[in-house]
Amino acid sequence: MKLCRVKGTVVSTAKQEVYHGWKLMVVQPVDEQGREQGHSFLAVDRVQAGEGDLVLVNSEGNGARQLFQIEKLPIRSLILGIVDQVDA
Amino acid sequence: MYLGRVMGTVVAERKYPGLEGVKLLVVQPLDHRHEPTGEPLVAADTVRAGPGELVYLTQAREAALALDPCFVPVDAAIIGIVDELDARP
Repeated sequence: MKLCRVKGTVVSTAKQEVYHGWKLMVVQPVDEQGREQGHSFLAVDRVQAGEGDLVLVNSEGNGARQLFQIEKLPIRSLILGIVDQVDA
Repeated sequence: MYLGRVMGTVVAERKYPGLEGVKLLVVQPLDHRHEPTGEPLVAADTVRAGPGELVYLTQAREAALALDPCFVPVDAAIIGIVDELDARP
């Protein structure tokens, strides 16, 4: 899992059927000090994260499929939690 | 999943069974600042995207799952067209 900063949201009408009703966020990977690392990507949000939040992102699709019990879910990145504090 | 800009189309007459009728597009992966994040790639289109459009893609196994019937041999699929990107720089 990666530490990421939420940068914003993506609004989209034409999309895969299963993506309807899921909030899609732009997340930027950061290190334990909050410094940006690498390139931003998109993740589905199910924990009501907001812009500026530090979040935990799982970038592996099997986790999402197990969590939602949907066998053919084409979602790869999922925001799993909002981070309150990092001690490192 | 990540953002990308559709740059053009790819036509392949002879292809693997299961890929018939699948539209292939050349996509430049982008970050939220619209900066390129790597080399352009070919992705299967599932949402009728067109050249010039800002889209988002999924990769690896999830790309194969996005197609119907699923588990055709692709490693990138366009799964949505972006109407609005609201992100801090």
